[in-house]
Amino acid sequence: MALISYRQALHDTLREELLRDEAVFLMGEEIGVFEGSYKITAGLLQEFGPKRVRDTPIAEEGFVGVAIGAAMLGLRPVVEIMTINFSLLAMDQIVNHAAKIYGMFGGQASVPLVIRTPGGGGQQLSSTHSQNLEVMYAYVPGLKVVAPATPADAKGLLKSAIRDDDPVIFVENLALYNTKGEVPDEEYTTPLGVAAVAKEGTDITIVTYSRMTVVALGVAARLEDEGISAEVVDLRSLRPLDRETILASVRKTNRAVVVEEDWLSYGIGAEVAATIQEGAFDYLDAPVRRVAQAEVPLPYAKPLELAALPNADHLLGAIHATLDAVNFRRRGAPVHA
Amino acid sequence: MAVEKKSADRRAGPRARDANGATGNEALRGEKAETLLAYYREMVLIRRFEQRAGEMYTRAKIGGYCHLNLGEEATIVGLMAALEPRDYLLTNYREHGYALARGIEPGRVMAELFGKETGTSRGRGGSMHIFDAKARLLGGYAIVGGQLPLAVGVALAIDYRGGDEVVMVQMGDGTTNIGAFHESLNLAQLWRLPVVFVIVNNQYGMGTPPERASAEPDLYKRACAYRMASERVDGNDVLAVREAARRAVRRAREERLPTLLEAVSFRLRGHSVVDPARYRSRDEVERGQAQDPLPGFRRQLLAAGILDEARLAELEADVDRVVDQAVAFADESPDPRPGELFAYAYATPVPNEPRQFPGEPLTGAE
Repeated sequence: MALISYRQALHDTLREELLRDEAVFLMGEEIGVFEGSYKITAGLLQEFGPKRVRDTPIAEEGFVGVAIGAAMLGLRPVVEIMTINFSLLAMDQIVNHAAKIYGMFGGQASVPLVIRTPGGGGQQLSSTHSQNLEVMYAYVPGLKVVAPATPADAKGLLKSAIRDDDPVIFVENLALYNTKGEVPDEEYTTPLGVAAVAKEGTDITIVTYSRMTVVALGVAARLEDEGISAEVVDLRSLRPLDRETILASVRKTNRAVVVEEDWLSYGIGAEVAATIQEGAFDYLDAPVRRVAQAEVPLPYAKPLELAALPNADHLLGAIHATLDAVNFRRRGAPVHA
Repeated sequence: MAVEKKSADRRAGPRARDANGATGNEALRGEKAETLLAYYREMVLIRRFEQRAGEMYTRAKIGGYCHLNLGEEATIVGLMAALEPRDYLLTNYREHGYALARGIEPGRVMAELFGKETGTSRGRGGSMHIFDAKARLLGGYAIVGGQLPLAVGVALAIDYRGGDEVVMVQMGDGTTNIGAFHESLNLAQLWRLPVVFVIVNNQYGMGTPPERASAEPDLYKRACAYRMASERVDGNDVLAVREAARRAVRRAREERLPTLLEAVSFRLRGHSVVDPARYRSRDEVERGQAQDPLPGFRRQLLAAGILDEARLAELEADVDRVVDQAVAFADESPDPRPGELFAYAYATPVPNEPRQFPGEPLTGAE
């Protein structure tokens, strides 16, 4: 095991896949000469040349469509969209083309495409550069959507995504790039469509993904000190959604809180809550709470940005409220009559 | 540099063809009779197929939208004659004729229109989404301009592998106003990719002529912005279309450069089967009908002695038989089975793939 950053894990994976398979190539704005807006692709142009690491003009609809067309002929393009906000310009190509081609043509052409793109707020980038739009893609059949939280999953899921024959939207988070974690030294992949139990627990389930997994694990550690054992389910994959892992956890803990960085209404948490009420209704002691971003265009000013984004205290508050409502007795706490 | 053909004026149809008619034999000189007959037969096949498709639509055998190639037969046959079997084709949603001219069995095309399992896309696509890997028809696409970036990507894959295939991508006149058109032209020229962009200017984008939609209604001139070669050709003249397309295909294959080709014809019917096209005057429609490529080419062939009334009747009867068989095949073919709704959900199987029919409980619900 090596302790590396999320950024390094992505970089290493791209390099390893470029070495492994001649059909893999990278495309995106400023990924070559400039070495990537977030330096994920640093050094790759020098090592692999402009055929394998292709700088594109600022034309998201155009170059995403080009990648889809190249994928239809069997190449394995890995596209970087500088931020998920700009993916909106390519939405027609992603939703009406990448997601449709395999099914609509009766299985005659597949689209082995990966679109890597970071989302997330908290960097004072204001309303148009701070969004969590993954639910828009998670909504669409034909796509696979993953959002890894750790360097190990970033590597394992990116390998799986590149080797998969379907279009995969690979959602990163700006605030995760510098986070570090243990990554196995040997070759491995992480399956798409499968959630992880990031921490086991017995009293309450926290369902989360991407950056909020890091927040949730921090909260779970604090809860241990309070005598509360929280289980953290990291979805990892948003489409398909691993409902079984969510339900198995809630059937064990009988309570659940969802924490997500995206907006509350219609967000990922809404789907998770619906899954829990349908699949574990009889096991629930309390309503499922959701902790999500306030529903405003994220403002620039730091106090406003902080007020809008979900954090550890919000999550703790929701967990305490859920447990207090069912008179949950903390371990080591005195028994009141 | 834009290559402008000054000889072909914008509404090149009637005058150019009148001129052709007057010098009919000369215009055909050098072409083998069998080649010309094959072109004519192909044009008649498209015409009859589309007429029957319209009829089948009104009989509710075909659902959804149905856009016909009526009036575009010379353009289609001329374009397809310039391609090799190894070349790729992508089109918009008005593509039945391209599928036929690319050699796909008419029965499989009609079966797709009927939504049958034997259709080119196994009934999953319908009229607007014909695909055939063997014919290298990589799909009809129904979002205006959506096929253009894909075509550039197919060309990029060819270039990546060092192949010498060419990609042709067809679009309507209205497509030249959408962003994907401009992004695609820019990328194709910037990266020197072997794409032939073809605008089928049938003079209407739904109910809007280019003059009301494009600040530069000479659509081929838009290539200038990308230093791309371009040309306008009379889309009612099958040989002129073929020659222009051959120039573009040669430029793509040998020089690895794209071309913007505009073929001007006239949409003989409405935008789709259900559109009565009341936005066009009777005069205009009559002028358009006078440009109909079929009678024009037929007159040339008869005048040149390549076709006589007896052979003509035989050819038409033969085509009618083919179209009858296509309809019968489509009609008798099985519907896709509802149980196979999820058969083409993903190319690579994935855990937890959702497979609920409406109203079914979630997998694992208790």
